Amino acid sequence: MNSVLPDLVVSLVFIGYAMVMLLSFGGLLTWVERKQSAVMADRVGANRAYIRIPFTNIKLVWLGLFHGMADGLKMLLKENFKPKTHDAVGYFLAPFIVFTPVLLVFAVVPFGGTVIPGQLIPALAGWFGDRAYPMQIANLDAGLLVVFAFSSLGIIGAMLAGWASDNKFSLLGGLRAGSQMISYELVMGLTVLGLILVYGTVNLGDIVRQQSGTIGGVLPAWGIFYQPVAAFLFLTAAIAENKRIPFDLPEAESELIAGYFTEYSAMKLGLFMFSEFIQIAVVGALFATLFLGGYNLPFMTDAGFSLPGGTEIALSQAVRVPLQLVTFLGKVALLCVIQIQIRWTLPRFRYDQMLGLSWKMLLPLSLANLAVTVVWMWLAGGGQ
Amino acid sequence: MNPMVKDRVAPSSAGVTGVSFGDNERLAAQKGGATGQGAVPAASPAKSRPPVRYARKQYWNEPEMTLWEKAYLPEVLKGLAITTGIFLRNMGKWLTGRKGAVTTYYPEERRADYAPRNRGKHILTQRPDGSPQCIACNMCATVCPAKVIEIESGFDPNDPAHPKYPVRFEIDYSRCVFCGMCVEACPEDAIRMQDDVPNLVSDDRYNMWMTMDEMLTWNPQQDVAKPYPPKPVPLVLGESVKRGRGQ
Repeated sequence: MNSVLPDLVVSLVFIGYAMVMLLSFGGLLTWVERKQSAVMADRVGANRAYIRIPFTNIKLVWLGLFHGMADGLKMLLKENFKPKTHDAVGYFLAPFIVFTPVLLVFAVVPFGGTVIPGQLIPALAGWFGDRAYPMQIANLDAGLLVVFAFSSLGIIGAMLAGWASDNKFSLLGGLRAGSQMISYELVMGLTVLGLILVYGTVNLGDIVRQQSGTIGGVLPAWGIFYQPVAAFLFLTAAIAENKRIPFDLPEAESELIAGYFTEYSAMKLGLFMFSEFIQIAVVGALFATLFLGGYNLPFMTDAGFSLPGGTEIALSQAVRVPLQLVTFLGKVALLCVIQIQIRWTLPRFRYDQMLGLSWKMLLPLSLANLAVTVVWMWLAGGGQ
Repeated sequence: MNPMVKDRVAPSSAGVTGVSFGDNERLAAQKGGATGQGAVPAASPAKSRPPVRYARKQYWNEPEMTLWEKAYLPEVLKGLAITTGIFLRNMGKWLTGRKGAVTTYYPEERRADYAPRNRGKHILTQRPDGSPQCIACNMCATVCPAKVIEIESGFDPNDPAHPKYPVRFEIDYSRCVFCGMCVEACPEDAIRMQDDVPNLVSDDRYNMWMTMDEMLTWNPQQDVAKPYPPKPVPLVLGESVKRGRGQ
């Protein structure tokens, strides 16, 4: 039997799913952000854009969901204005360098358990045989390392955009972006090190599978219960990585107009915005994977539920796969909402405070967390 | 470049640097004097100028943060609890079919609680026969700071008491500032302002004119200060007129 073609088809399906999921998250989050901030502030929020059914007077408003579409269309149709003295190559490349790594990070994040297409859809059994695929675009052993490798590429794009625009505000924004992202990436890496010690692997699929157990038979064995400090530090650093309020120093509009993308317009600006929103979803996905048991509900494995009381509930694959997909989406959506809530609650740091927080607070804390984890693991391993 | 401007720029820029230099000196001297650690003589800047370090100004009412507040995280959580509480409260209202916002969805929705003295849409009062009380004297148009009132007057020979009347009376609401000066200026109590807002939402500023017909739809029509037809008033000559006659 030909073995390459089924693998290719499954990979393409997974890639398609991931792309659609990320892009629709990016589009929807613009709406969620508007509506959530409005509800928080006793306002109504975006509710004007509509689609009129042709030849009728019926206008579909749908709670302003079409504002995202209207924005995208506006971005596409606007003039692509360039400053006279920009650096053509850097200016052209920067939005893509910012946007692409955000999508690439998701390649190693598992969004569902193992799927056996031959059993799920009997019609395809002859073609797929009993091959099993983890629902993940790339099942890499270096999963977490790939995440960090790609997410650190975003700095280059931000700094390049700041430099190539040939604008002082952009340059300042790029500088700020560089120093901020490097500082917080250090914190992020150090916090995750503790987690790697606990799980003993950097393969994200393995990390999720290890979280299906229980701690002491009661708590689900989620990373957030093993490493609560790390979870908090990771979320803080991830929001800072994403350059959103309260860490939006690189684009502080009251100081730098729009920071490193001041001189961008039309869809290039749209790409910066869009990558920011997609990164919210990616941060949510990473946080869910590392700390909240990924695609599994508590006490759930690929075989089914094994509740603390000793009850076992077996799940057939036709139930389990959609359940896992929906669980993952739900966790990501919840984390996105939390991030947006933080963004609309806290005021912006001063620049020195922001760097001070990273180097004087979060870095020592993450080092302490790592040290405690090391000692704890050493003691748990019998002190050898 | 204008030579005058050049002249003006050159000394002032020199002056600025000079002032800032002197300022630093003075600041350093003041600081030294205040702390009593030996004031630096301002006359010998070259020898040993103490490094003037930037210090943020301390205000007399500078808030003192407690340790709890300095820890930052509890206060962050407190803030998040407040915003999340409001979010959940409003979301609960929306989900149960009530309105979770204090804003009004204008123009589909209108506030019912305009203050009775709100200066909104203009109205023209009417005489009992339905003709406007306005005598087209143009005082409102003259006093209007935004110059939005346009009046075209006509002559009515059949009404000797009010021979002038408005043929056209239009207000451009795209520019009206709702100051109420027209109401103040009117000698005839012919123009007033209602508490309601003019419903002139439009994409086009030329559609934001309100015509006389719309302003004459106000009820009750009888509520005017001046009776009509006017009571015959005996002619009384004022003191000034008499004095003037005497001279």
